[in-house]
Amino acid sequence: MLNVTNILIILFLPFINFLILGLGSRSIKQPVSGTIATVSLLLAAGLSLMIGYQYFIVKGMVNGAFPPIELFRYPWMVFGSKLTIDMSLVLDPLTVMMLVVVTSVSAMVHLFSLGYMKGEERYTTYYAFLGLFTFSMLGLLLAGNLFQIYIFWELVGVSSFLLIGYYFSKPSAVAAAKKAFIVTRFADLGFLIGILILSFYGETLDIATLIQRLTAPAGSQSLAIQTAGWLGISALTWGLAMIFIGGAGKSAMFPLHIWLPDAMEGPTPVSALIHAATMVVAGVYLVARLFPIFQLSACILDLITYTGIFSAFFAAIIACTQTDIKRVLAYSTMSQIGYMMFSLGIARPEDHYLGYMASLFHLFTHAFFKSLLFLGAGAVIHMIHSNEMNKMGGLRKFMPVTHITFLIACLAIAGIFPFAGFFSKEEILLATYHANFPVFVIALCTSGLTAFYMFRLYFSIFWGKHQAHDPHHSEGTFTMKFPLMLLMLCTLVAGFLPFSSWIFQGDTHETSHINWKFSLVPLSLSTLGILIAAYFFRKPSSRVADTLMWMGGIYRISKNKFYIDEIYLWITQRVLFPLVGKPAAWVDKNIIDGTVNGVGNFVGSIYYFIRGMQSGKLQDYLLYFLAGIAAWMVYFIYIWK
Amino acid sequence: MNLLLLLIVPLIAAIGIMLSPRVSAVRQISLAASLVQLMLVGWLLFQMLNSRSVSAQPLYFEQVYQWFPSWNIQFHIGVDGIAISMMILTALVVLAGVLVSWQESILPKEFFFLLMFLSLGAYGFFMARDIFTLFFFLELAVIPKFLLIGIWGSGQKQYSAMKLALMLMAGSALVFVGLTGIYLEAHSFDLTVLSATHFPVAFQYLFYPLLFVGFGIFAALFPFHTWVPDGHASAPTAASMFLAGISMKLGGYGCLRVASFLMPDAAIHYAPVIIILSTCAILYGAFVTLMQSDLKYMNAYSSVSHCGFVMLGIGVFNTTSVYGAILQMISHGLMTALFFAAIGMIYYRTHTRKIPELGGLLAKLPFISTVFVIAGLCSLGLPGLSGFVAEMTVFVGSWENKSLWVRLATILSCASIVVTAVYILRASGKVIMGPIRETFVNLSDAVWYEKMAAIFLLAGIFVMGIAPFLLQYIIGNEAAAIVKQGTQVLINK
Repeated sequence: MLNVTNILIILFLPFINFLILGLGSRSIKQPVSGTIATVSLLLAAGLSLMIGYQYFIVKGMVNGAFPPIELFRYPWMVFGSKLTIDMSLVLDPLTVMMLVVVTSVSAMVHLFSLGYMKGEERYTTYYAFLGLFTFSMLGLLLAGNLFQIYIFWELVGVSSFLLIGYYFSKPSAVAAAKKAFIVTRFADLGFLIGILILSFYGETLDIATLIQRLTAPAGSQSLAIQTAGWLGISALTWGLAMIFIGGAGKSAMFPLHIWLPDAMEGPTPVSALIHAATMVVAGVYLVARLFPIFQLSACILDLITYTGIFSAFFAAIIACTQTDIKRVLAYSTMSQIGYMMFSLGIARPEDHYLGYMASLFHLFTHAFFKSLLFLGAGAVIHMIHSNEMNKMGGLRKFMPVTHITFLIACLAIAGIFPFAGFFSKEEILLATYHANFPVFVIALCTSGLTAFYMFRLYFSIFWGKHQAHDPHHSEGTFTMKFPLMLLMLCTLVAGFLPFSSWIFQGDTHETSHINWKFSLVPLSLSTLGILIAAYFFRKPSSRVADTLMWMGGIYRISKNKFYIDEIYLWITQRVLFPLVGKPAAWVDKNIIDGTVNGVGNFVGSIYYFIRGMQSGKLQDYLLYFLAGIAAWMVYFIYIWK
Repeated sequence: MNLLLLLIVPLIAAIGIMLSPRVSAVRQISLAASLVQLMLVGWLLFQMLNSRSVSAQPLYFEQVYQWFPSWNIQFHIGVDGIAISMMILTALVVLAGVLVSWQESILPKEFFFLLMFLSLGAYGFFMARDIFTLFFFLELAVIPKFLLIGIWGSGQKQYSAMKLALMLMAGSALVFVGLTGIYLEAHSFDLTVLSATHFPVAFQYLFYPLLFVGFGIFAALFPFHTWVPDGHASAPTAASMFLAGISMKLGGYGCLRVASFLMPDAAIHYAPVIIILSTCAILYGAFVTLMQSDLKYMNAYSSVSHCGFVMLGIGVFNTTSVYGAILQMISHGLMTALFFAAIGMIYYRTHTRKIPELGGLLAKLPFISTVFVIAGLCSLGLPGLSGFVAEMTVFVGSWENKSLWVRLATILSCASIVVTAVYILRASGKVIMGPIRETFVNLSDAVWYEKMAAIFLLAGIFVMGIAPFLLQYIIGNEAAAIVKQGTQVLINK
């Protein structure tokens, strides 16, 4: 079962979809294209589940750990004698877990899109792009080579670009697509430089070898990378910081988060797949994959922790004031990824890397409930034809399935027992409590805020005053409801999986247990958040307006997302273009090209001068002749000895 | 196989074009000739790989004819993997160039004649093993460009044609002085003989800059690049493709094969200057590109930026970076030719190249738009396309140099991938995406010859991007041999 054929089938099914549907985008009509894509993705998801079962349960642990299995390796590109990009397929616990997440969420999104995208003009192209994305994401996960990760990293970036810009004639979608690509490209530059640094000292691009060499206490490579440095910071720290920048860009960590809310311009199922469950957690995946190396640098771990917790809190504040339901979800994604990040940052050997396990556990559960939330939002948008909260209300009677599934997802993200989010968040908080108390306090507050803004969303959509909507629109087809129910099922059971015995760092691991005494505080905070949201938003009232009057400036700042976009805009429009681009263009036109033209004109003027001398007038020639004689005479008399 | 075939085919085609009475015959002859060229080059590659698997040689299909015996000038030709891969590039670009010019209505006979002549010059240049022969073919390729721009060009074509011809002639003059110097020192023009000669260091320090700058002008070495934007912008589509796709490669190839190969001491001595100039070209070129509003100017400046990678690779002069430089030459040739072809197709339909005047073409021109976007993605170094393979090799190669300022130069060059993304997406966002302009709603998509042109170039880009190990197999060892030869001379000294 765990052989290369099955993995290749999983990997290439989406790619074949991309090729066939991309090349035949005008000849293959809907719903044929969608059906082909969905069926093959369901097949891939089934295979992945089988592989997960085989890997974790049938094959099991060997000497207290799951051994990585290398299924395939081909030297794709060779740089000099040491560095090689091997295209490889490696299965390890992290990969297998992510494989299941990506294929199953992707399959659900394919299924949901059958109904959601019905009647769209570029329906086939849409499925082709989804295939490209899924292929790239799987390639990223299965990579055993650092550069291979980078390759697929860029490919997921471009498929995200293509899907955000799906409605290409809408200027806002184009702008969002460009922004997403450019911001993440900037971060990828960091990733690339990080790869260059680490691979130069580690003398390999193979991840397993790199980890082994750099973590060997007295190895020549690990000594070299720790002693070399620049500006008083070791090469190791530089390299890791650069790689983290790459991860932070993809995972929308502050201050590289600005692309994520705008990315909601894409079709909603795309947001569910790419901008909630899979691509945006690639940064977390990257840090987790290289965790043994990250662990060598305490200051980078601190950087990860504080970036993570700040992003989590910051995004939660913004999420409380947004009115576009997809943007609320986008900021909540950023906030939840912040949780995963800081949890990785605080993981340490004393508590058997509880933070590491908790982070990935949260990644796992979050993928299900967040894609459920997005698909639910998609169903709502499909019915109302608007993203704005104030156009919704009282929908619980009209969309019962969406209502229940959305409620469960909200409870999960708020961290209420017994839904998936409770278990993973619990572990994160527990790990943080032991490692870093100030971070723990902020994380607790964030968790309360999360409950508040999620239920603000929930009550605004499904409760409150019913807004008139087109009676012809119903809740959607079975293909739209079924993924919601399936994902709800995942949200219900995911928390009870023995995750901690599958994915862990180090030699020993702690089994999950619920510490009820500890859980009391986060649970009550979340409940408080829900109650406050209910107080304000369950029924239409003047409470919201009154409070906003009282909040004043704070509300405005949060509503405007702390003006981060404006700052970026100012830097690019007022600094980069006029102060770098324009002068460069000016210099090229006037100085460099000016010199070229100047040389030309100079030669031209010599020509005019000499031509003028050949006037044909005898008097002129006599004058030159006499002047020449005079010059020679002066020379012979006064200078020549 | 006889290498002379590759020179004879374009020559016969050129004569045939001059003699043929009808325009349709002209086209058919050109197309047939360029297809035959492509097949010949493919066959050449196949034969070379075959005989290399038996026994590795430095040169294949070698031929020597006495040319000017009194000066010891021989017509010496022969190819290795690098030359063959450059010839494949030439064949693809010429084929695509002929196809996109299918409907050329102004003096079609002369136009195709000059195209054939250009390809003759390029093939001769790449197969020359005698630097006089090499120079001969280099010159052969300059004059047709002047005519192509001056007659079939647009905009301020006289000015551009003159500027291009004069700057390239200045480059040739420098090269010629360098060649004369080499001849006076070693009494030979033969590359094989010369490569075994170690030139005195003082000689190298004097003559290397002449040769390098001379060839460098062809390859848009900063700050001698200003012929590039004007020349490309004024040239007709096929000529732009040829200029950027092949002509600029003549310079890079010359810098590598003649200048750095023969004078490794000087190559290492002047490396800082070259690296600084190429970093300037890369980053500064990218920023200048950012400010362009004409698609052709944009692509021309982006060529300056991309050719900077070639020079960077040659400047750093280690195995990986030189290999990267060669890859970048091939990749840039294919990519930029494709880009110019797409721009030409857009211009042919909309009659404008100004970015602000275009918009939303994807709705009406899906094929051309897709080609445009793929060329753009290749330019910004998307994995799976050729640009990524080449640029990453240059980066890794130049990172191998431990000195701090080379590292900084590498980081700055890497930073260009972000700027490139900005200008490519800015252009695609405006031209391809966005709401379509009312004047464009009746446009029709590419026709068969345009599609064929794009498909040939796309095939090259994809093969190189998806299977870089193929090129590695063809030229990997030979790139290493160039550097090794250089350093060998250094060690023996």
